[in-house]
Amino acid sequence: MNKTIMTVDDSASVRQMVSFTLQGAGHVVIEAVDGVDALSKLQGSKVNMVITDLNMPNMDGIELIRKLRADPLYKFIPIIMLSTESQAAKKEEGKSAGATGWIVKPFKPKQLLAVVKKVLG
Amino acid sequence: MDINKAAYRDEAHELLSQLEISLLELEERPDDPELIGRIFRSMHTIKGSGSMFGFEGVAEFTHELETVFELIRNGKIHVSKELINVSLLARDQILLMIDSDNDLELLGTSASKKIIEDIWDLVPRDIREEGSGETEFFEHETDLQSKDVFDEHVYWIRFRPNPDLFYFGTNPILLLDEIKTLGECAVIADTRNIPPIRAINPEKCYTGWEIFLKTTCSVNIIREIFLFVEGDGIVDIRRIPHEPDSKNLSEIEPMKELIESLKILSDESLARFIEAPSSFPELFKAEESKKRAVIDAMDTTEAPVVEEPEPYEQHPVETRPFSLKDDFTATSSIRVASDKLDALLNLVGELVTVQARLNQVQSTKNDPEITSIAEEVERLTSELRENTMNIRMLPIGTIFNKFKRLVRDLSRELNKEVSLITEGSDTELDKTVIEKLNDPLIHIIRNSMDHGIESVNTRKALGKPQKGVIKLSASHSGTSVLIRIADDGAGVDPEAVRSKAVKNGFINETDVLTDKEIVRIIFAPGFSTVNKISDVSGRGVGMDVVKRSIEGLRGVVDISSEKGKGTTITLQLPLTLAIIEGLLVRIGEGFFVIPVSAVEECVELNEADADRARRRCMIDLRGDIIPFLDLRAMFNISGRAPSIEPVVIAEAYGDKLGFGVDHVIGHHQTVLKSLGAVYKDIKGVSGATILGDGTVALILDVPQLVKTVSNEYSSLSQAERSY
Repeated sequence: MNKTIMTVDDSASVRQMVSFTLQGAGHVVIEAVDGVDALSKLQGSKVNMVITDLNMPNMDGIELIRKLRADPLYKFIPIIMLSTESQAAKKEEGKSAGATGWIVKPFKPKQLLAVVKKVLG
Repeated sequence: MDINKAAYRDEAHELLSQLEISLLELEERPDDPELIGRIFRSMHTIKGSGSMFGFEGVAEFTHELETVFELIRNGKIHVSKELINVSLLARDQILLMIDSDNDLELLGTSASKKIIEDIWDLVPRDIREEGSGETEFFEHETDLQSKDVFDEHVYWIRFRPNPDLFYFGTNPILLLDEIKTLGECAVIADTRNIPPIRAINPEKCYTGWEIFLKTTCSVNIIREIFLFVEGDGIVDIRRIPHEPDSKNLSEIEPMKELIESLKILSDESLARFIEAPSSFPELFKAEESKKRAVIDAMDTTEAPVVEEPEPYEQHPVETRPFSLKDDFTATSSIRVASDKLDALLNLVGELVTVQARLNQVQSTKNDPEITSIAEEVERLTSELRENTMNIRMLPIGTIFNKFKRLVRDLSRELNKEVSLITEGSDTELDKTVIEKLNDPLIHIIRNSMDHGIESVNTRKALGKPQKGVIKLSASHSGTSVLIRIADDGAGVDPEAVRSKAVKNGFINETDVLTDKEIVRIIFAPGFSTVNKISDVSGRGVGMDVVKRSIEGLRGVVDISSEKGKGTTITLQLPLTLAIIEGLLVRIGEGFFVIPVSAVEECVELNEADADRARRRCMIDLRGDIIPFLDLRAMFNISGRAPSIEPVVIAEAYGDKLGFGVDHVIGHHQTVLKSLGAVYKDIKGVSGATILGDGTVALILDVPQLVKTVSNEYSSLSQAERSY
């Protein structure tokens, strides 16, 4: 089933890997380099899911999640955060901002697909 | 995975050069939180992505660095000069590791170890403990795939999600579906918390679930499914001890609880369930259909209760045309290997040549249809050419930034204080030109640092600011780019250069030269005023190499210097290398191209004026006397000049020169071809191009010709003066 998934990460190689993996699974992928870019690329269009990094310039992942959750269009979509932070604090902060779940970097394409399947079905 | 590795390498290179710039900036503004944040993020990305794409060594090494910068970010330690030094070294080491095939091996070398030790030495001991304990990045080597096989068990999972579950984008149904993949299972919804329909907030989840699962997976696997929701709601997983004896049923606590809470299963069903767990899906099916009947009945009875249905508001649904594919799949930029661009440029070059041929054919055929096609092709070709050129343009800032590091390292080495100021770093130049500029600029900056800027003490004695300044600036000027490297150092001493030049036989004692001409001698091969050869410069291979490589780019080098005040070296470079706008002219049977960038104007001379011009080698251009070059004589072309002779006035180095030709044909997109090794030393011609009909036209090297002529002219005028 084709879903539209946005990946937000300031690292081009991570974006490439995520896009490549998801496209391989038949999804349409929108790439954005940070929170600001993500919001400007969304502009009220439909996406089924957002996968975002936390540490980014301009607008970080936490802020992006808050902004998305405040928009009725994206209130209920799954948002997964990518994080290298093993500290629980950051994860909690993301959770309370409204993140659905998380993937800890480094991850393998298989793990990414498993999580996508988990939250998108 | 290899393409990911390559992408990571590219990205890491970019990040590392950013990191270098940021670190240098940090030295000037050690308390800028934004800057520290940027540095931290660069390291973070290098580490995070590195470990994803198999650069474990890079990740581990960067992790140490990142930990220290996290302490800086949190204000625990402060930035010092030593810290910047070590960080820069560390950055170089990361670069080395990324480029090597085995980064783990490099991680083990003493160089890497020393950098890590050095950087931790800068952190006070009490803070050190804290910093290293906080993150345990390299521990999670957990393999999710190892689903250990256990004996088959029945689990009872109670799932009561947080009512706000939907706000986190979680779909509980998917979790239930996922559970189903683990084995046979039965799910019962606990709907008791659902309020009456009028009190329902549709955005909340009131339902809970009881799940029975028969599986061979461990509890951890089941728990993992609920990983994202565990913190907020209740997820209770218990194993039901498999007791074949149905009499003990009531003693099993969870079962009792279950019966209490659900009141759905009859004792009989439960007994059968415990006896034969494999049959329970069917059991529950029966129970569920019973329940559904109840719910259906409830729905029909509930409906009339709603007395005043709220007026049905028609929410205007935003009907945005769904055009995702068009809008989004195109990313803002892509990476392309540079040889693909080179290939594209070559093809455009060929196309331009073919287009010229089409034009030629068109002009002889006189067929309106062909004419219109030819015009169309011409328009498209020139647009394509422009676009291709544009793709190859890079801001010169990409190399400017490298020099900041160079200046910093050299200042330490030479024990001088120098700061580098850059200007116009967004000026764009062809990629090839930029690449080839690197070495000459390094030479020039090294020279400025070594010979130009004085030592701190000398500067103090001279009343100059202690810190020397090198200014690197780039700007557009017509179809070329000017790059200036100016220092406020000692400048070139014309006397010193002169005596050295006389001693080494570059000029004669009696030669009369202006200061400007003397200063230019430093571009002569093998010339150096320095007696002691330093590590930095002074081997006498510097400036002439610079000159040659800039001229190889069809550029021009000039120097101006004032003793005691400083030196400015100016490089004038063409915007692009491969295709230029040319003015096509004809002399006898031969065709020549003069780059339009050098052409000032075209004038015409009548026969008498032209004769006089040829005799005196100069013409009178509205009162200005400028040198005149008879190309017919220069290239030994037979035939006579036309009665009215066109003269193309060109300019280089601020000097004008007139070229006498037979006929000015017009504008020509010129694809530059080199003449090959055999003809490379020919003066006055910089290359050749192929015209539409296959004829070869030579491209005149205007700067070279201007220089030759003005030298002759000055020696001539000297000779005249001596009479």
